[in-house]
Amino acid sequence: MQPLTNRSQAVNRAPLTWWERIYLPAIIGGLSITLKHFFRKKPTINYPEKTRPFSPVFRGLHILNRDEQGRENCTACGLCAVACPAEAITMEAAERLPGEEHLYREEKYAARYEINMLRCIFCGLCEEACPKDAIYLSETFAPSDYQRKQFIYSKNDLLIPHPEKEPEAYKKALGNRAGKNEVK
Amino acid sequence: MFLSIDLIYILEKLILIVIIVSISMVVAMYTTLAERKVAAFIQDRRGPNRAGPFGLLQPLADGLKLFFKEEIIPMFSNKFLFVLGPGLAMLTALMTSAVIPWGSKLELFGREISLQIADINIGILYVFGVVSLGVYGIIVGSWSSNNKYSLMGGLRAASQIISYELALGISLIALLMVTGTLSLKEMVLQQQEGYWNIVYQPLGFFLFLVCTFAECNRTPFDLPEAENELIGGYHTEYSSMKLGFYLFAEYINMFISSAVMATLFFGGYDIPFLDESTLPVNVAGVLGIVALFLKIAFFLFLFIWVRWTIPRFRYDQLMGLGWKVLLPLALLNMFLTGAAILFFDK
Amino acid sequence: MELTTILFLILSLISIGSAVMMLMSRNPVYSVLWLILLFFTISAHYLMLNAQFLAVVNIIVYAGAIMVLFLFVVMLMNLNADTEPMKNYRLQLVGVIAGGSLLLILVSAVMKIENNQPVMLMVGDYGLIKVLGKTLFQKFVLPFEISSILFLSAIIGAMVIAKRDTPSQITKGETEKRSS
Repeated sequence: MQPLTNRSQAVNRAPLTWWERIYLPAIIGGLSITLKHFFRKKPTINYPEKTRPFSPVFRGLHILNRDEQGRENCTACGLCAVACPAEAITMEAAERLPGEEHLYREEKYAARYEINMLRCIFCGLCEEACPKDAIYLSETFAPSDYQRKQFIYSKNDLLIPHPEKEPEAYKKALGNRAGKNEVK
Repeated sequence: MFLSIDLIYILEKLILIVIIVSISMVVAMYTTLAERKVAAFIQDRRGPNRAGPFGLLQPLADGLKLFFKEEIIPMFSNKFLFVLGPGLAMLTALMTSAVIPWGSKLELFGREISLQIADINIGILYVFGVVSLGVYGIIVGSWSSNNKYSLMGGLRAASQIISYELALGISLIALLMVTGTLSLKEMVLQQQEGYWNIVYQPLGFFLFLVCTFAECNRTPFDLPEAENELIGGYHTEYSSMKLGFYLFAEYINMFISSAVMATLFFGGYDIPFLDESTLPVNVAGVLGIVALFLKIAFFLFLFIWVRWTIPRFRYDQLMGLGWKVLLPLALLNMFLTGAAILFFDK
Repeated sequence: MELTTILFLILSLISIGSAVMMLMSRNPVYSVLWLILLFFTISAHYLMLNAQFLAVVNIIVYAGAIMVLFLFVVMLMNLNADTEPMKNYRLQLVGVIAGGSLLLILVSAVMKIENNQPVMLMVGDYGLIKVLGKTLFQKFVLPFEISSILFLSAIIGAMVIAKRDTPSQITKGETEKRSS
């Protein structure tokens, strides 16, 4: 067979010379290699305290957006569910009643909105499909859990914090995506 | 004969014993942390850093874990010997600390306290005797486990320790010919005045070092517990704190061996290039202890460093090294030393 | 009673007890372990007689090396407590007679000793290593050197036997050469 690389070498079966047989040079060589690694900078980072910066196109956990007055953007049009290749999104629409204008931006809203994070492949097609800028993918991971049912995220888990009641949490949840939505 | 008893003297020695044994324990505990940290650093990792700052509480967490683990005694094991094994291992590991001079002396409460539990005039022989007993903990534990892997580990330990003891003893004899005393204290005093024994006995020290690795069952000589062929070797069947005792005894053995090496070949509590007699007694004593512990720390690091560098020997290689290389070298060293003493004394 | 005498009595009790237990144990491993305990108490007796060198050497050689080999062999043979090879009553009778006469001789020999002090702490220095070394190298230098040469030749003989290539190793080396 033709060698695929030029790195292949014939095995050297020659008996060890006296210098090789006393082992000491090899042992000292090995010790110096490990000592070099001892003082080398470690590539590991202390994860929960320090995190690596995410790429600007990173697609993490979903967030249901609100506008500046804290009204939900989603109108339960179902385009995200249609676009979803994994069929992870389920929703039920409802009509906005009088007196609920401060809760929902338009006349129709999602009464139930669930994403099965075990099915989701984080492709971001829902974000692209959404005409109302209501759903986007954040820069957080889906945390692990012991039960499967914990991975079906309901509206409570997905909604962004209220911008007027909890402005700091809102800003944090919005993350670097804030500008990106406006450009769209 | 009536034995005159000085009560305060006995109290002083008892306190010293308690202090030294607890220091050995603490050092052994932190050697486990050092082992994990050094291993991690050599492998470009960070090592345990969650329990306390820099993982300093990790040994406590490990100990606690071992205490709370379920204790399993195999049904067909020999129960009494099964419990006796780890205890013996621990006992023999701690016994050697009695003859090591941990420092010159301190003056406390108007008494001059020697920092050595027992300055017996056969110090080295005592160390040697206790080392030769160290194998019993392993053999008894391995046999009583009633497990073939354990038994294999025990047999390996026995033959390995007996084989390397020979070279160890003969390399020590050459040292004894140079110093002319068996007392460890006197050896340190000699080295304080003259040069360290490593200058006179470089080959002897090297042989002693290699044999010490074998006696402590450390890589590259850790065949008694070779985990990829014997599962866990002699401690396969052990769990909970009994396993902890075995693992702990290994680290205490390392600590004590390092102390013996520092005392025999590197001047013990002697501080190089400094005349201790010019300092006040207490300052010299404390500095001496610090110097000894620095030397011990170096040897402990060497133990760990070698473990994470060199792979394990094959069993026939181990025996070949012991009998065909180290023993002839030790005999040669003894012969050369004798010839040199004869030549230079005349 | 003096403290040392009490110590001596306790030690003697342990040593006689462990000797008896060594004989009585059905399990050979237990016998060996009792024997090890016996060696320790004998070393303690040596210590009380101010013979430190003898005490430590007894531990190193007997308890540390020979008994390890004993234990080694007994464990490998895997003798069970049930196997009892000695069932011959005539042999047992011979054993009792031989042992009894040995006991008689020992007792009569011990009775003749004048200085029968059990404990000699700090008295006399003939057990110390310095005196021992001087005696060995001055009074008994020839037998000492002959025995040391004997031991050295045993060690070197062991090394020579180990160094000799066994036939299997030679063939292995040849096959490796051929295959390369």
